[in-house]
Amino acid sequence: MAIGMTVLQGGLLTTLQDSGRWGYQGNGFPVSGCMDSQAMVHANALVNNPLGEAVLEMQYLGSSFRFEGETYFALTGADMEAELNGRRIANYRAAKVKKGDVLECHRAVNGRFGYLAVAGGFEVTKVLGSCSTNLKCRLGGWQGRALQSGDEIPLRRETDWLLNEYRKEIRPVSYEKEVTLRMTAGPQEDMFTAKGLDDFYGSVYTLSEESDRMGYRLSGKAVESKNGVDILSDGIVLGSVQVPKNGMPMILLADRQTTGGYAKIATVVSADLTKLVQCMPGAKIRFEKVSLKKAVQLFRDEEKRQRAFCRAVGYCLDNRGTFDRYLQKRTERKTAARQ
Amino acid sequence: MNEISFAPAGEQGIVLQLGTSMDETTNRRIRCLMEQLHGKKGIRELIPSFCSLLVLFDLHKTNYDRMKELLTVEVNRLQELPELIKKVYRIPVCYGGSYGEDLDYVAEHAGLTRKEVIDLHSGRDYLIYMLGFLPGFAYLGGMDERLFCPRLPSPRVKIPAGSVGIGGEQTGIYPLDSPGGWQLIGRTPLHPYDPQREPAFLYEMGEYIRFCPISEAEYLALERDLAAGKTVMEWQ
Repeated sequence: MAIGMTVLQGGLLTTLQDSGRWGYQGNGFPVSGCMDSQAMVHANALVNNPLGEAVLEMQYLGSSFRFEGETYFALTGADMEAELNGRRIANYRAAKVKKGDVLECHRAVNGRFGYLAVAGGFEVTKVLGSCSTNLKCRLGGWQGRALQSGDEIPLRRETDWLLNEYRKEIRPVSYEKEVTLRMTAGPQEDMFTAKGLDDFYGSVYTLSEESDRMGYRLSGKAVESKNGVDILSDGIVLGSVQVPKNGMPMILLADRQTTGGYAKIATVVSADLTKLVQCMPGAKIRFEKVSLKKAVQLFRDEEKRQRAFCRAVGYCLDNRGTFDRYLQKRTERKTAARQ
Repeated sequence: MNEISFAPAGEQGIVLQLGTSMDETTNRRIRCLMEQLHGKKGIRELIPSFCSLLVLFDLHKTNYDRMKELLTVEVNRLQELPELIKKVYRIPVCYGGSYGEDLDYVAEHAGLTRKEVIDLHSGRDYLIYMLGFLPGFAYLGGMDERLFCPRLPSPRVKIPAGSVGIGGEQTGIYPLDSPGGWQLIGRTPLHPYDPQREPAFLYEMGEYIRFCPISEAEYLALERDLAAGKTVMEWQ
């Protein structure tokens, strides 16, 4: 029984993304994956999926879909003023749909990236262990590209009952237009002058129009280096801030290249990536240096919040797939009863 | 002895610097180290580069200080540097013509004949320092200085996969159709990267590449064999 979703409107840039293609950076593969991994976790928790399951990521302007079977979906991240069969529906709750229901996502009003998870997940082939779309290499996700109208995306299964069907309202995350990002130093902080570091940590930067899944460019005070910013190319992590020749910092994100030849002044702590990626161009960005110890603490706090969210929505996935088998049998029994 | 240094890369990464220049010894040390680190507790991923190694670790199992300790111990174990088997991949390349439209320019720039360029380019083994930039893109070292040639003033929009080019002091093979500014001198019918194949990459960091000139007829024959699913890869 293959069911699916028909894409009615492709949207601006809607791609399948999961927790990323890890393990191949040594071969030159960008990790990709969701820009806002917190929103991905939330969306999956709401429909009781494994937390790193592939979801649809929509940027700025969402897509519209027609469901070709019964299932549950959840929207998280940016508020895209979604409508189900013409009626406004809330983010951060699981909604049930039947065959023929139409979900329309519009312009992002709070935040930039919206996420759509469907119970059971999308039926797509993994490439090198991941469903994430890598647009530059045209691989992974849905045929290695963004969704277009007319695409029929198959779902793994029909779902007529959700173990954690959640009815209480969960307050959507709200995103700011001015953010302070906490940073750990380096790896190449010593290539910058004291003035450069003062400017970096002391002034306000503006998120430029030139910002995409690969990285966000900033404009503001140029960061002064001691003897240029060229290094022999080395590895890059998520949230690395590299400073090219013009001195304008660039924060490297999901589709970042694996290695780069510019000095990296600092790294955004992972707990602050969500608020950064959800910023629209024009947003004001400040940097605040924290110790490595503090960054680890922030990482653990973020995990605690994630677990709390999962508890609050009654997330109860069991990794052995018992629930999936149960649903399968239930569907079979129902089919048999109908005949 | 070589000095090493450490720096944090976010709260889940550590950069180990093993030198400051790109040379074969440093490259070999990095490879040996990766071998030793394989399967060590808490390591998620290793990203090697010319003279450093970025180690991504799992904060549930380890932390920066423990990784630093582990890496120091492992680097100290590196002293003897075992000789690794030298793997050389022979990459058949059809030079010039529509396969390498900039061959004439490169020859003119170097003040050599086309034949001399081909002989110089194919007459040696190139060490793969690292893979990066694009999936399976090999940073090769050791090209003859006479072949150094500036990049195109403005990059081409689409370069077919398998194209062999020269950009500045480097030479390499484009693993995918992609934009690029290198001078194209030839093309190989092999697919350096094929996601449907196991393994997806023909070669790895630390191995060598040798370009072998072939004729257009041979190129087409190889292309047919590959399309028919035959394996034509060999290494010595």
